[in-house]
Amino acid sequence: MTDMTEVQLMVRLLEAARSSIGLEQADIGFTCSGSSDFLAGQAFSFVQTLDAVGAFPPISESHVEMDGAFAFYEAWVKLQIGEIDTALVYSYGKSSPGSIRDVLALQFDPYYVAPLWPPSDAVIALQARQLLEFGIVSLEGLAEIAVRSQRNAVGNPNAVRASSTVTVCDILAEEVVTDPLRPSDLAAEADGGCAVVLATGSRARDLCDRPAWIRGIDHRIDTQALGVRDLSTVPSVVAAAQLAGAMEDRIDLAELHSLSTSQEALLLREIGLGSEIEINPSGGALAGNTLMAAGLMRIAEAADRISKGEADRALAHATSGPCLQQNLICVLEGA
Amino acid sequence: MSTDDGEVRLPERIRDFELVKSVRTPIRLRYDYRPSAAAASYLWAYSERRIVGHRSPVDGAVFIPPRGVDPRFGVATFEEVELPDTGHIGNFCITHLPIPGREGLEVPYVSAWIHLDGASVGFLGLVRGCHTGEVRIGMRVRAVWKPDDELAATAENIMHWEPTGEPDVPISRSGNQAFQGPSQGMS
Repeated sequence: MTDMTEVQLMVRLLEAARSSIGLEQADIGFTCSGSSDFLAGQAFSFVQTLDAVGAFPPISESHVEMDGAFAFYEAWVKLQIGEIDTALVYSYGKSSPGSIRDVLALQFDPYYVAPLWPPSDAVIALQARQLLEFGIVSLEGLAEIAVRSQRNAVGNPNAVRASSTVTVCDILAEEVVTDPLRPSDLAAEADGGCAVVLATGSRARDLCDRPAWIRGIDHRIDTQALGVRDLSTVPSVVAAAQLAGAMEDRIDLAELHSLSTSQEALLLREIGLGSEIEINPSGGALAGNTLMAAGLMRIAEAADRISKGEADRALAHATSGPCLQQNLICVLEGA
Repeated sequence: MSTDDGEVRLPERIRDFELVKSVRTPIRLRYDYRPSAAAASYLWAYSERRIVGHRSPVDGAVFIPPRGVDPRFGVATFEEVELPDTGHIGNFCITHLPIPGREGLEVPYVSAWIHLDGASVGFLGLVRGCHTGEVRIGMRVRAVWKPDDELAATAENIMHWEPTGEPDVPISRSGNQAFQGPSQGMS
C-alpha cells in the first residue's frame, strides 16, 4: 500500500519505460491507459493521471475503464492501422483508499445482484466450491498452486507475498476465510502500476535488441449473469486462446491473471497448459494483485523474460469481470 | 413465464400482486483519501491562512494548488512558493440557476478562474462584492477568508473573492501563463 498518489506513482514508471529505450513523450504515436474511477473514488480520475505523462503539446490518447491489458489490446489495434509505429500503454490501481469488495460488487446486475453487495472473494469461492464438488480441483491441489506462487514470487521485487519455505501443510493449516478458500488461495492486494511501450517492425528492432513480438492476441467475453454460466468452464478463454493461436507451437511459460488458486487451476485446464510449462514465474497476481494493472503486468512479466532470453515463446492472460467472465490471451515470441 | 403467443402469465399464487414498477438501490462507497505530500502541505498551510504553490524545476512556472507534478512535462515538483491572496480574474461565468442543496449560494453567482499574483495557472473561485455585470477578465481581486478560529485544512477557508478596486491586469497579460503553445499566446 502506498502513500503516493497515482500520479506520483506513474511519473517514475512512465519515465522509466520511455527512457529505457531512449524515447520521449513526443516520440510516442499513441498513449492508452487502463484504470478505474471506482478505485480512486473520483470521476474522470484518469484525466488527472495524464499529469504524469506530460501531455503537452496535446497527445493522441485513449483510456479504458478496465485492466491495462485491454488498453494494450487497443494500442495493438491502433498500430495495425499503420499510421503510427510506437504506443505507450500504462495502468495503475490504488485500491487502499477504498474497499475492493464493495467496488467489485458494483460490477454486477444493478437490479438483482448488486443490491446484495456480493463480496468479491465470496464470488470467487462460489466457483471454487463448484470445481471442488465436480472433482476438478482438490484442496491439496489448490495449496500446491499457492505454494508455487509464493516460492516463485521470491525473485520478484514487486511481489507482496513471497516465501521460499512455505509448504502445502502450511497453507492447509490456514483458517478458511471464504469457504472453501484460505487467505493464500486469494490474491494479495497491492497498490501499483505498470507501463509498457509497443513498437512495430523495424522501429522495434531499432529500440530493442530482442523485442517480445506479439504473435497473436484476442479477447472474448461470456455473459455477466453468473447463474447462466457453467462456472466449471471458461468458454471465452478457450476461444481467445484458439484465436490467438496459443497452442500452435510449444509454450515455454505462461503468466496467468488468476485471482485465486481455483481460477489458476481452471485456466490451466481450459487453456490446456501442461506441467512442462513454467506457470507464473513472477508469482502471478496471487503474489500481488494491483487491480486494473495485474493483467498488463502478466504481459509485461512474460515479455520481460522473452527480452532477457529466458524464454522464446510465452502466453500471457488477463481477465475482467466476475469468475473469469472476460479473458484476453496474448502470445509473445522472441524469435 | 411466457406462453407461445408471447404474453406473460404469472403463476397463480402471485397473479393478484401489485406489479413492481421501480426499484430503488442506494449505492454508497466510502474512501479514506490521502492527498499527496504536496496537497497535504498546501492544506496545512491553508489552515494557517497561507497559500503555497509549487515551482516547476523545468521553467519555474508556479502551480497552485500544487499536485507534486508539472503536468506539461510529467516531472515531479518539490519547491514550495508562498503566494499572496491577491490576483486577478482570468475567466468567469455568471450562473442564473440555483444548485439544489446549496441554499446559501444566491443566484446569480459568478464562478471565476482566479489567477494569484505570481502563479502561472488559475483555480476556481466564487466572486462576490460587486454587481455581476461589473465582473471582467483582468479584474483584480482579493480573498475573503473565514475568521481565524474557523480555519481548517480545507479549500473552504476562502469563502469568496472580492474586487480590490485597483486597475485591471491587461487582457494580454491575464490568465494562464504556463500552457502557451506556439500557436497560442497574445501579443
